Parts: sequence; structure tokens; C-alpha cells
Amino acid sequence: MSTSVALAIQSQELPQVESTALNLLLQWISDRVSHAHNQWLHTQIENIAKSNSNRDLHITLGLIPRKFGRTDLDLSTLDLKAADLCVKGWNPCNWSIDTAARVAVLCCMAEQNVQRFNDTITDLFQGADLAESIALYSGSALYPESDELAWLIGEGLRSNIRSVFESIAHNNPYPALHFDQNRWNHMVLKALFVETTLAPIVGLDQRANPELATILCDYAQERWAAGRPVSIELWRCVGPHAQGAMIDNLQLAARSANVAEHNAAVLALSACPDPVARAMVDNYPATAEGVIKGSITWDSLCSV
Amino acid sequence: MMFIDPHAHMISRTTDDYQAMAAAGVVAVIEPAFWVGQPRTHVGTYIDYLSAIIGFERFRAGQFGIRHYCTVGLNSKEANNAELAEGVMEILPRFALKEGVVAIGEIGYDEQTDLEDKYFRLQLELAKELDLPVMIHTPHRDKKRGTSRSMDVCEEHGMDPGKIIVDHNNEETVREVLDRGYWAAFSIYPSTKMGNARMVDILLEYGSDRIMVDSACDWGISEPLGVAKTAKLALERGIPEDQVRMVCYQNALSAYGQSGQMNESDWLNPEAIDQRTVYEGNSILRGGREPVVEEAAVKRNADNLIIE
Repeated sequence: MSTSVALAIQSQELPQVESTALNLLLQWISDRVSHAHNQWLHTQIENIAKSNSNRDLHITLGLIPRKFGRTDLDLSTLDLKAADLCVKGWNPCNWSIDTAARVAVLCCMAEQNVQRFNDTITDLFQGADLAESIALYSGSALYPESDELAWLIGEGLRSNIRSVFESIAHNNPYPALHFDQNRWNHMVLKALFVETTLAPIVGLDQRANPELATILCDYAQERWAAGRPVSIELWRCVGPHAQGAMIDNLQLAARSANVAEHNAAVLALSACPDPVARAMVDNYPATAEGVIKGSITWDSLCSV
Repeated sequence: MMFIDPHAHMISRTTDDYQAMAAAGVVAVIEPAFWVGQPRTHVGTYIDYLSAIIGFERFRAGQFGIRHYCTVGLNSKEANNAELAEGVMEILPRFALKEGVVAIGEIGYDEQTDLEDKYFRLQLELAKELDLPVMIHTPHRDKKRGTSRSMDVCEEHGMDPGKIIVDHNNEETVREVLDRGYWAAFSIYPSTKMGNARMVDILLEYGSDRIMVDSACDWGISEPLGVAKTAKLALERGIPEDQVRMVCYQNALSAYGQSGQMNESDWLNPEAIDQRTVYEGNSILRGGREPVVEEAAVKRNADNLIIE
């Protein structure tokens, strides 16, 4: 553990020196692997930089889980704060040691030679195995943005492998930073389709928009028509932009006998500036009070 | 009883098969890279194929609580397309180190041509360099001589027989394969390779040492429950349970586990990240369950249509 990090933990403050994502990753790795393995990683990184071919790069990425294993990083609250401070929204709470090392190798390459990084990533992502895909996509916010990366992210979103999709959509600030509205809206919609949660999407509330609200209400009606339930999280993106028939949809959900669905709909209505919605909230004083007092929030609803 | 099917081309099978295999007790499968029924003509299609068996197929299996491993290699038929073969040899080293790759295979001879021989040898050298086991496909035709020749070539290249699995054996080849110190695998593929009853006869004669049973299920008329069915028949015919476990589970794990890429903990106690991402269903819960082969093999006919 470096002195600055040790001091920071003692004083419960974040390190004063500004860290880069790469420095954090290398620190977390060195705190968790043997000295010999740590040396190996640094030697490999030097060799990759010196070599003209990508042979060392492929071998290093392949050997990382074999050498380091695949256990969770299990980062402390302080580490996670440092990550967020370094790259706003970066939340490596679910990263494993091999993910960290693989992303570190890519970040090093990008730092050394952006052109080479851009020329290589398509090949790397397309030839990745399952765990490797998840790892490489998890780090997307830490790489330099490029047309190549943007295209690869699109490919990952189109994947039918839910965990690959989640490695982009969840705990990753890349989409909020780089997606246009259409891609953003389709990511949220696909998250519902593949039955994953919306809460870990970074920027979910900030990027909510009227078109997404319309699309989601259409989707809710489709589900109701098929006699299928609707994720209560859907209403979170509808509330702030609901108008007209969308408010009726929210009212329908608010009438649900399912408490969570009812609470979610009232919470969403509370976020709607339309006076019609305000009036509806008043029909449910007990729930409205929960919303005002902060006992009914999206966090509390989604942690059930 | 838990089973491993160490030779199953799941990319050619449906989700029904995964369900049936999981219900019958299969906890892990090994998918050897193979000839997909018609020749590939570009290295690009080969790359996509290998990417699929290390990626999407692994995910698909995980959805059913089955751990998926694979072998990568240039099969003997396609070794006869020199241009394709050269391209595949160039990309193979990269795929050989991917997670879950437990061997170079299935490689060997088809018609025993010079090109087949050339690429078989090159791939043996690659396996040696990367310290990976080898899965050998023995030829359908001229099998006995082809099997002997495969082992001769392995020994010429200084390979350790303890890291080589010779597959698609029959009554005529098994003795020599075992005597020379190799693992002997049997594909329960009744029409062309081996049937359940014949397999049990072989087990009664040769015991359980270094023998393993697989289904080799693929795009042809084949049986993904081949391992579970053979186990059932073997038990019925009085073969002790520990021996059945050896040939339907442990030997495959011991042989391919030498890659370092296949551990019992992968399905008994998977890493937390895998449980969150790629491996649904915890097989510990069904580890002790009896095989349910009959119920699992749902007959789909006009009298038994599942309408949801």
C-alpha cells in the first residue's frame, strides 16, 4: 500500500494527490497479488510497449486470469470514492482482479500510444472470450474515445449476452457521456427487455427525456396487452416527462394492488411537473407522505 | 450422479438439449472445434466460429447451469485446404490461451493425406509449446491404422501420452491406446461409432482406468444424453458406482484439468463474478439428484405439444 493511500485511510480522507484511473488500478492490483505476480505484470506492460507486434499483448491478456485468479476486488468505500473522483460515475464495485489487470493493460497501451490502441481494440474485443469481453467493456470509460470504441460499444449493446450488455450499461459512465439520445433510449429499453435493473445505469435520471418516456409507455402498454408485468423501474424515466396519456398510464400503475408498483407510480407522478399529475398524487396521501419524507425512493424500491 | 460430457458440439444443438442434459446431471461439457458439416472457405469464418465457442456458446450453456469448455484446433478435413489451414495456424495461438480452452483439438487424420499430416504435427508442436492437452480425432475410415499412426506421430514429437486423449475408440483400437499410456475416449454415437451396450461391455472388460465416455453430439443424428444413458446402463449391469463415476466424470476432469482451465470448483463453488455474470443456476442444488433421463428426453409429437 502506498504511503499516501495509507495516510488517507488513517485520516478518512481522500488522497490529496490527484490519481489517474490507471494509477488506482495498478495500486489495487499490487495490494492484492504477490510481489512476483506484480513484477510480472509490470514487465509485460513494458514488453508490450517495446514490441512491434501484438503477440505479448494477447499472451498477457490471456495469462492474467491464470496468474491472478478471478476473485472480487472487494474495494473499500474509500477506494470507490477515489474511483468516482477520478472518473465521474466510474463504479468498479463489481470488478474482479483479472478485470482490473486487463483494463490496466489497455489503459497503459492507450497512454503510451493512442494510435496503436485505436488500431488494436477492434481485434481485441472481437476475439475476446466471455469473461474477457465483460472485462474489456467494463473499462470503456477509462479509454480514449474514438470511432472504433464507439462502434465496439454499439456491438456490445447488441449482444444477447446479458452480462456483456451490463458491462456497458451498469456502473459505467461511458453511455451517459457519449451516447446520443437514440442510443441512450435503446439501451434503457433493452435493459428492460433483457430483464436487468435500471438503477445501476449511471446518469439514468439526468438523461431521461420525453422521447424515452413515450417509448417506455408504449412498451408498458405492450406488456399489459400481453398480460405480462412491467418493471416498476420503468416509471422512473417516465415521471419527469409524463404528459397526456402517459399520466394515465402512471395512474393505472398507481392503482395496482402490488404495493411496490403503486409506490413506484406515485413516486414517478411526484416527479412530474404537470398539475394533473400533482392532483393524482393527492389521491394517495399516505404514499405521498412517504415520498416527501424520503422513505419511498427509487433506491428503497429497487433494493427490495 | 454428476456427469461431464467431454465431447459435445453444443453449437449444433438446441436449448432442449441443454435442459435435458442439465436435468440428467451433466455439469460440464467440452466443445471441441470441429468441421461444421460443410467446409469453411475463409479464415474469417474460422475466427468467428472460434469466437462463438469461447463466447456465446459458453454463455448459452451457463444459462442452464452447465459449465462450458472447449478445445481449439484445425480439424483434419479442413487441413486439406492449404490456404485456409495456413490462416488458421496463424490465429490459433491467440485462441489457445482463452479462458476455458482445455486442449488443442480435435486434430488428427481423416484420409491421412500429406496436408493432414503436416498440420497435425504443427498443432502437436503448438500444444507442446503452450503445455496444453491434445484431443485426437481418430479417422472413421482405416481407423485402426489411423489410430496407431496418430500415436506414432505423437511419440515422434516427444508428446506425453498422459496429456493426450484419443477419441472415437472402438473394440479394435482400445487395447493399443491404453497399452501405450493414452486416455481412451469413446463417443456414444450409435450409428457410426459406439452404442451404449457395446460401451458397457468394454467397461466390463477394460475397467475404468483412463477410459472416458462422451456423446460427440453434433448436427447429425446423435444423443446428447449419451453419457447419462451409458452410466445408467452400466449401473444396471452391475458396474460399481465409483467406476461409473470415473468414466463418466472424473477421468475427463483429470485429463482436461491438466490445462489448468477446468476445475471442479467451477461448478461446485464458482467465483462470485461468474455467479453474477455468466453462470446461472447452482448445480450443488442438483448434485445429489438421480438422473432423470426419461423425463428429460421429452418426446415432441402431435399428442404432446407444449402450449403456453
